[in-house]
Amino acid sequence: MKIKKMEYFFELFLGGLTRGSIYALIALGYTMVYGIIELINFAHGEIYMIGSFTALIVASVLTLKGFNQISILILASLAAIIYSGAYGYTLEKIAYKPLRHAQRLSPLISAIGMSIFLQNYVLLAQTSDFLPFPNLIPEFEFWEPYSHIIGSPQLVIILVTIIIMVLLTILIKYTKIGKAMRATAQDKNMAMLVGVNINHVISITFIIGSVLAAVGGVLIASHIGMINFYIGFIAGIKAFTAAVLGGIGSIPGAVIGALILGWTESFATGYVSSDYEDVFAFALLVFILIFKPAGILGHSDAQKV
Amino acid sequence: MLNLSNVNTFYGNIHALKDVNIEISQGEIITLIGSNGAGKTTILMSISGIVPPRSGEIFFMGKSINSISPDKIVALGISQVPEGRRIFPYLTVIENLDMGAFLRKDKDRIKKDMEYIFDLFPIISKRRNQLGGTLSGGEQQMLAISRALMARPLILLLDEPSLGLAPLIVKQIFDIIKKINIENKTTIFLVEQNANLALKTAHRGYVIENGCITISDTADNLLRNEAVKKAYIGL
Ligand SMILES: Nc1ncnc2c1ncn2[C@@H]1O[C@H](COP(=O)(O)OP(=O)(O)OP(=O)(O)O)[C@@H](O)[C@H]1O
Ligand SMILES: [Mg+2]
Repeated sequence: MKIKKMEYFFELFLGGLTRGSIYALIALGYTMVYGIIELINFAHGEIYMIGSFTALIVASVLTLKGFNQISILILASLAAIIYSGAYGYTLEKIAYKPLRHAQRLSPLISAIGMSIFLQNYVLLAQTSDFLPFPNLIPEFEFWEPYSHIIGSPQLVIILVTIIIMVLLTILIKYTKIGKAMRATAQDKNMAMLVGVNINHVISITFIIGSVLAAVGGVLIASHIGMINFYIGFIAGIKAFTAAVLGGIGSIPGAVIGALILGWTESFATGYVSSDYEDVFAFALLVFILIFKPAGILGHSDAQKV
Repeated sequence: MLNLSNVNTFYGNIHALKDVNIEISQGEIITLIGSNGAGKTTILMSISGIVPPRSGEIFFMGKSINSISPDKIVALGISQVPEGRRIFPYLTVIENLDMGAFLRKDKDRIKKDMEYIFDLFPIISKRRNQLGGTLSGGEQQMLAISRALMARPLILLLDEPSLGLAPLIVKQIFDIIKKINIENKTTIFLVEQNANLALKTAHRGYVIENGCITISDTADNLLRNEAVKKAYIGL
């Protein structure tokens, strides 16, 4: 009895970790963009959704051509990364850059507009139905003995997320562009005065955020097994919640917020009820906003990236 | 080397610079004095391309830089130590210096220049792993100058480097400004409200009032000018 309980707890823990990883991949895009230009990029969830669709299309074609599972996973992910990255880059250039010196509300409205536009574009170009998404992550044989604790797909999601976090940390902490991103987040004019082309930095930030979202999109779609045009909206709101929870603008904050959200959902649905899955997330958000409005790692004023 | 010719700069419809003419030659230390709100910072920001002029021309080494973006202006050899220092608060001292050298690719020389900076300001070396925002005002000013020097500028624009600092630190900073000018042949454009000290450091000076240049003369003459004495030296 006791052991059963422990096992159930552990299962929920890993389930939460998996969810949290995906939220983190998406939340980073919100938080990095906010850190640099103080904009909530409401269309970010759609970038993630577009990543999933790209992967689905590429995977379907490659499956017909008889490629094996691993090469499909890699090629479909690459396609999603490139396509979403291009969308993120273009989105900023078209919808946000022209409004950079406008009032605060204008880019926000533009962001919401882009979100609705992209959803409807995919709705019209594809369909409103859920489409089956192939399982791209193989069951590894060497993992067989442990698969009752955590399946290969979940393991891959967690590992990929960890690797991406490490790479991102190195990029931000040690590379020239990473330093330029932090400098731009802290003082845009001063960054320009030392020779940083901030348009470049902003574009790169959007591309990185979009690429992470695309990776998240492919992994989760493959895990859950179906997608439609609306998945970006739900995932986007969850990831945004995670970013706010951790303190929007803070990169470690986004990861912590995402993990807390993942575990909250997992434990609450596991121990309380699965009917209210989404309610727990938003209850948590409201709770945090009341008691710690700047988020867990958020500063009320400055440090952003 | 740097010429402003009939420069007019606006913030929205506030006319901040009115037909400003300034000429700076290679190797000079030129000072610009004026009271609060006269337009001193605006002149520097126009030169650096942050607030480009609406009309008139700014020439650097004979080339118009009016419509060039700020990062390209830095690349040409114009670096600014802005008002209020604007150290990146969450970057370490070393990272702030790295940012100063952002456009450079000569890694070995960057390293040497950093050693030169540490010689110039030993305190900066001591603080190297501290966050910029945790430095004292004087240390931040030294770091701001160091950061600008890391770009190896041909001309250094300094906006009120003495502001809010103790006299001893101010003297130290001004000595170093002179040293940079002599040793590296770096041209200096020094904005100051501390007119006495600025004019004793500079070769020539300009006075700005309400966005207009009203006087331009050698530093010695300005120090003896009754109007300047009355308005800016307060004797
Ligand atoms: N961002 C801005 N928006 C609107 N007006 C501005 C802005 N910056 C400066 N001004 C106005 O332009 C004029 C010149 O300002 P500037 O900052 O150049 O003065 P300053 O000589 O540097 O003054 P101080 O000695 O106080 O630093 C002032 O009237 C100021 O109010
Ligand atoms: Mg000023």
